[in-house]
Amino acid sequence: MTGLAQLVPYDEALSRYEPVIGLETHVELGTRTKMFCGCPTTFGLEPNSAVCPVCLGLPGSLPVANRAAIEYTIRIGLALNCSIATWCRFARKNYFYPDMPKDFQISQYDEPLCTDGWIDVEIDGRTVRVGIERVHLEEDTGKSLHMGGATGRIHGAEYSLVDYNRAGIPLVEVVTKPVAGTGALAPDVARAYVTELRDLLRSLGVSDVRMEQGSLRCDVNTSLAPHGSAEWGTRTETKNVNSLRSVERAVRFEIERQAAVLDAGQKVVQETRHFHEEDGTTTAGRSKEEAQDYRYFPEPDLVPVAPDRDWVEQIRASLPELPAARRARLQADWGLSGLEMTQLQNAGALDLIGATVDAGAPAADARKWWMGELARHANATGTDMSELPITPVQVARVSALVRAGTINDKLARQVLEGVLAGEGEPDAIIEARGLAIVTDEGALTSAVEAAIAANPDIAAKIRDGKTAAAGALVGEVMKATRGRADAGRARELILQQLA
Amino acid sequence: MAAGDAASAGGLTRLTAAQIAAAVASGEVSAVEVTQAHLDRIVSVDPDVHAFLHVAGIGALAAAEDVDRKRAAGEPLGPLAGVPLALKDVLTTSDMPTTCGSKILADWRPPYDATVTRRLRDAGVVILGKTNMDEFAMGSSTENSAYGPSRNPWDLARIPGGSSGGSSAAVAAYEAPLAIGTDTGGSIRQPAAVCGIVGMKPTYGGSSRFGLVAFASSLDTPGPLARTVLDAALLHEVMSGHDPLDSTSVDAPVPPVVAAAKQADVSGLRVGVVTEFSSGGYQTGVQARFTEAVELLESLGAKVVEVSCPHFSYALPAYYLIAPSECSSNLARFDGMRYGLRVGDDGTRSADEVMSLTREAGFGPEVKRRIMLGTYALSSGYYDAYYGKAQQVRTLITQDFDAAFEQVDVLVSPTTPTTAFPIGERVDDPMAMYLADLFTIPSDLAGNAAISVPCGLAPEDGLPVGLQIMAPALADDRTYRVAAAVEAALQQRWGGPLLAQAGELGEAQGGAR
Repeated sequence: MTGLAQLVPYDEALSRYEPVIGLETHVELGTRTKMFCGCPTTFGLEPNSAVCPVCLGLPGSLPVANRAAIEYTIRIGLALNCSIATWCRFARKNYFYPDMPKDFQISQYDEPLCTDGWIDVEIDGRTVRVGIERVHLEEDTGKSLHMGGATGRIHGAEYSLVDYNRAGIPLVEVVTKPVAGTGALAPDVARAYVTELRDLLRSLGVSDVRMEQGSLRCDVNTSLAPHGSAEWGTRTETKNVNSLRSVERAVRFEIERQAAVLDAGQKVVQETRHFHEEDGTTTAGRSKEEAQDYRYFPEPDLVPVAPDRDWVEQIRASLPELPAARRARLQADWGLSGLEMTQLQNAGALDLIGATVDAGAPAADARKWWMGELARHANATGTDMSELPITPVQVARVSALVRAGTINDKLARQVLEGVLAGEGEPDAIIEARGLAIVTDEGALTSAVEAAIAANPDIAAKIRDGKTAAAGALVGEVMKATRGRADAGRARELILQQLA
Repeated sequence: MAAGDAASAGGLTRLTAAQIAAAVASGEVSAVEVTQAHLDRIVSVDPDVHAFLHVAGIGALAAAEDVDRKRAAGEPLGPLAGVPLALKDVLTTSDMPTTCGSKILADWRPPYDATVTRRLRDAGVVILGKTNMDEFAMGSSTENSAYGPSRNPWDLARIPGGSSGGSSAAVAAYEAPLAIGTDTGGSIRQPAAVCGIVGMKPTYGGSSRFGLVAFASSLDTPGPLARTVLDAALLHEVMSGHDPLDSTSVDAPVPPVVAAAKQADVSGLRVGVVTEFSSGGYQTGVQARFTEAVELLESLGAKVVEVSCPHFSYALPAYYLIAPSECSSNLARFDGMRYGLRVGDDGTRSADEVMSLTREAGFGPEVKRRIMLGTYALSSGYYDAYYGKAQQVRTLITQDFDAAFEQVDVLVSPTTPTTAFPIGERVDDPMAMYLADLFTIPSDLAGNAAISVPCGLAPEDGLPVGLQIMAPALADDRTYRVAAAVEAALQQRWGGPLLAQAGELGEAQGGAR
């Protein structure tokens, strides 16, 4: 797709240039109704069924702001340590596009609801504070489907269909301040920021933050400047980067591409770029010369928003435990290092482990299974941990069965495998597969006797006092019982018999 | 049909709204009879006047029948039940087209009623049809209508004012006793003045804009036109009040306008004459009638003083930045994608091209001029110098009003600098056209209340002159009190309403029945 883009290997690029990144994240709020009318916000309805004169922008219709959306935005702003405006206005962003019913978008311009906050993200045990420039509230546009073209873009399409169900859904935009000084970690910081923001929004209950459904969408800004330069470089804005992995890849690709441009003595063009999931590349979109003049002006159909201070304090008091605080608490509870905690988070296992602990498993057990067996399985199958077909309750049950001595770790792995394969609940799998440890002393004794009889040489060594050789016979016993024997008891029996 | 002069078909159209409502309520006439009389009158004179773009005879008669049925059943009737009304074609109606006088909305049928429309229906007002207007309410003569101009019943060769010229012409031609107009820069008061009737711009936000197709959102205000001050007040009361669907709607009780119109007393009232308006080139007869009206107010016991409003001279330029800026954004939605006219969609053109061709073909020259003005004024790099500066001027004008209203209770001025001008005279001179709103624009910018009431004929052309009375925001009742006093005194002087001095239309040529 981008055969012409010259790239500089990542490490080499970082040896000469310092990246600065910035992120603009759009979040669809989970309010019951739309931003300026009473239509439902439900995802996946019949196209153009959740519309009315207001969200269709019919002549004469007028917007009325949704109080819940304003409250949600304030909640986000407070959680991001922002100042909440005492008085602000909506503004019109004017441009023509068929999926915008009024050919302007009601947004906020120079008077956002929330400003000047921050959020800490952890990368490999290191804390990076990402500044938040602003959090503002606007309405989403309709959704265009371009039919009959090769690319799915409007260019080259035969015709387009527009679904206005999405038009008018409340949308919050969270804009970071430029993040500098993170060097080679820039792509990781970008990803960790979006992850942290997503978790924060989820904990606030303001959005379902589903990147695959478009309720969380990212634009990623990247620029490079030579080390030691007093000024930042020209930035590009990569639009609609819609998975955590893509955020990381987009930054990485732009660093490699921009380094090549600068190495060649050329200038980076200020432009928007499209990200391509298939190969992780970006291609040029609109350049700044063609950029629109949005002719922002205060929305005259709406009155200013002046959130009452008492109301803001009520919202602040009602904030739930935020992810960072929760992590600190869990880290202490579970006795983990910062690095270990970051690993859990990066693997997307934190909530799963938490839920497993809540279901009764010791933290160490929960962590062992999720970060071991289950993480490997997720990797091998290319699934998110949270999408694995196993629940924290099931993992907790496996842990309980090990602790009760019904199974050992090795058998437990087979049980987990069974659950993942859809064979049912852990107890049923143990039953069906016959995985319980052999606790029948007679059966075990027979297996031990058989092993001794089959390996006279080893038995002789043990009789001569080389007890370390007992391991080999334990192995034989385990093989004969298909792993279901209690290895410690088998060893005791072997040593007794050959004493 | 009931006996008596008042109830003869011709007579019914001469009644005031108050008289019709009383006659319907008492059973002296039926709402259907009243409605039919007005529909007949429309058939008879509207080919000449062209006040209506759409007449809804069947719907009007059905609404009238409903009123008669309710009356027969003993159900309570509103104060204007059974009274016919002409609705400006800028307010949406679910059972009639809404064109805004534009080709781009030819035959557009809205799926919903404007709040004003709904309130009228709920009150039992009978909507006869939709009236002509300057395209998207941009103009002062109805000459900017895509469907041809309306004509002034006083002189069919002259403009009926605008943009609510169809509404003013309908009322002056006895096609309806009441009409709804909208005022953005004077579009109710100026047509009322040049047609010799009463027109009121309520306080901004006093009447709902929901379903009013926007020209300039921060200025647009629906209001009543009528042949008497009391009728205007009755309509004002029925159409107004807080509307949760309009965020800019005022959440306060409707001022007691009907009581004020009945009070009709100015003794002890302080009346201000704006110094800055005195200098400006009025037509001689306009000046004469205005001076007389001020003297009349003094003779009725008002205290008249001169008041300076230094920033009023900047009102017109500020208005012609703010209104076009808002219109450039409000009218963006007419792109041919979802409703209305669509041009060039032959399967080979892009959406962008179809939008351009549609707007090129669908908008008239004045609308395009204002869209371009507004687009320019809002552009990056020009915003502060134009839109931003105009907003500052707007604040200064509001402050001028605030200072003035500390000294006086109301301000008065002529409504327009001239009487109705001949059709075609100013079509090629936008600046001359804009000057028609010189005295009305300040109240729009400040969002306060202002009424125009007839104050006589200019001797040189025999055409009506309007007196404008301005009051602070939410003091709408004060304008009615003064207007009603002026009306009563002048009618006594004239021996009847001013409109009685207008020549007969159509019927004289054999339309009488």
